Amino acid sequence: MPTQPTWKNTLKACLYLLPALVILITFNLYPIMKSFFISLYTDYDFFNDVVYEYGFGNFAKLFQDPNFSKAMLNTIIFVIGVVPSSIVLSLAIALLLNTKIKMMGFFRTIYFLPFVTSVVAVAIVWGWIFHSDYGLINYFLSWFGIDPVKWITDPVFAMPALIILSIWKGLGFNIIIFLAGLQNIDKQYYLAAKVDGASAWNRFKSVTLPLLSPTMFFISIISIINGFKVFDEIFALFNGRPGPANSTLTVVYYVYQKFYEEWQFGLASAAAFVLFLVVFLFTVVQLIIGKRFVHYH
Amino acid sequence: MDIRLNQLTMQFEEMTAVDRMTTTINNGELVSLLGPSGCGKSTTLMLLSGLYKPTSGEIFFGDKNVTRLDAEKRKIGMVFQNYALYPHLSVLKNIMFPLRMQKVPKKEARERAIEMAALVRIDHLLKRKPAQLSGGQQQRVAIARALVKKPKLLLLDEPLSNLDARLRLEMREEIRRIQQEVGITAVFVTHDQEEALSISDRVMLMNAGSIQQDSTPQQMYKKPVNEFVASFLGNPPINLMTVERMEARQYKLENSAQMVLLPERLNHERVRVGVRPEDLYLTDKDSGLLSGKVLHIETIGRDTMIRLKIGNTSVRALVDPKHQLQTGDICTLGADRDNIHYFDCDTGERVNVEKEAQGDADTADVEEYA
Repeated sequence: MPTQPTWKNTLKACLYLLPALVILITFNLYPIMKSFFISLYTDYDFFNDVVYEYGFGNFAKLFQDPNFSKAMLNTIIFVIGVVPSSIVLSLAIALLLNTKIKMMGFFRTIYFLPFVTSVVAVAIVWGWIFHSDYGLINYFLSWFGIDPVKWITDPVFAMPALIILSIWKGLGFNIIIFLAGLQNIDKQYYLAAKVDGASAWNRFKSVTLPLLSPTMFFISIISIINGFKVFDEIFALFNGRPGPANSTLTVVYYVYQKFYEEWQFGLASAAAFVLFLVVFLFTVVQLIIGKRFVHYH
Repeated sequence: MDIRLNQLTMQFEEMTAVDRMTTTINNGELVSLLGPSGCGKSTTLMLLSGLYKPTSGEIFFGDKNVTRLDAEKRKIGMVFQNYALYPHLSVLKNIMFPLRMQKVPKKEARERAIEMAALVRIDHLLKRKPAQLSGGQQQRVAIARALVKKPKLLLLDEPLSNLDARLRLEMREEIRRIQQEVGITAVFVTHDQEEALSISDRVMLMNAGSIQQDSTPQQMYKKPVNEFVASFLGNPPINLMTVERMEARQYKLENSAQMVLLPERLNHERVRVGVRPEDLYLTDKDSGLLSGKVLHIETIGRDTMIRLKIGNTSVRALVDPKHQLQTGDICTLGADRDNIHYFDCDTGERVNVEKEAQGDADTADVEEYA
């Protein structure tokens, strides 16, 4: 029931929005602004909370730090390693679960478990799975005559190990969302497509994919943002270290190091702000691409 | 291409939706499957389309047994109740979709789609998305999409039920026009008797999974083969009453003292008598069939409907408005002998009237369907 905007109903709307706004401003907007300002503190006495000098020095320092470039590169490798394969895998599993199978609820629970389990517990279990001497993965690999891989301790294999863990961890959430999307597609379209002579593959390509595009779009944005924010998996899997020889040092881990271990608040905030910009940029690009391919019905 | 169903049966767990159905649909015919909900008409259509596979029995398209052939390969067109237009594709792309699946070259597919759009008169809407069309326009797109691949058989599943009354009338005539212009064999599922009777060459009235009567619309209305058919067709519904024989043609209405003089000599001691309200007329006492007290009078447009109470039964009649009737009046109703139907009390089957000396063509028809 659309009505004309008046002062009265605008005020009323603001009142309704207020509770959510208070929380958002306190815990999201204010910290974002604050960390941006902290990133501008080039000379800061944190014992007395006095800023002697403002400037962009922290950003300059950041881009000269080889560890930051490495963290950025690692993060991008991580996102590329996790997001596409996670989407493809979870869509495939969701499609299987969407067919009429027995014990559907059981499988849904199984797939959702990783998502609700504590990251630390998960990482400890995976720590054992990746173990070079007693690990399950190396045991399977030995069947094919592959020598034990030092997943956790070898700088070359640390990132793949992290990627495998993260794909597995994110699967449950994606599957549930995809399943909801799939169940929203009217079965009539499949019947119509069958009558129109579409094979199973064509039905998937011409009906499922386009009608699932809003879900796909949502999942890809969420996954990419989550990928850029990866931290706790690393912390837990590598026992509070960013992998052997900084091989899994990501931007958030870098921020953590600078902030909590080295007390360089300005630098940490500058890094966080750069990450914010990168994520923002990616999301904007996705929104632009999404406009062309996503069909909302 | 004739379509032949042979002992077609479809069972869903405990329920038999279609029960040993055997019939033939002739090339170029528009056949309606009519019946109350749950009678198996939609299931029959799904079986014809190949979206369901029968439990037993066979389907032939011409000489070819297609019983086990998947819907993708049957080369049929189908219009769904809610049209099922692909929401992400434009009208043109929707119509082109079946051709794309057949790998028809793009240029040719486009031309054929535009040609089909012109036939159903939506060629000015090609760029729109389905959500931007009215119900009637969506309906036309659905028909174009079903016909563009030049199928041998067109199936329509309650295609008019989502339209408003005026549009329904228009689309009904449109479907008939398009069907005749293309010359395609079509099967049309509906629960609306008016729809079925008005556009079909033949109506199959179904109940509980089997065909009750399979004939031209007029025949079905005039000579129902059983009580179900008689009571399903017609609005207001046919009057049905049970009578018991007293002597010769003199019968008594069950649970009342009303005597009914039937114009025919029957072999039944008890029989169900059916007369349509429009076949009853006011008459004088001697030549009447029934008489009773007027309970209710209502005038609907050009007709006056009266309801008489006779014993425990009430009888509806559409009478000429020029009679000045009032509630409470006693009046007598008569009907022509051809318009009185008799049904067996136990089986519900039509009772064949014994041929008399002056037996005319109608009597012959009755025998054919008895």
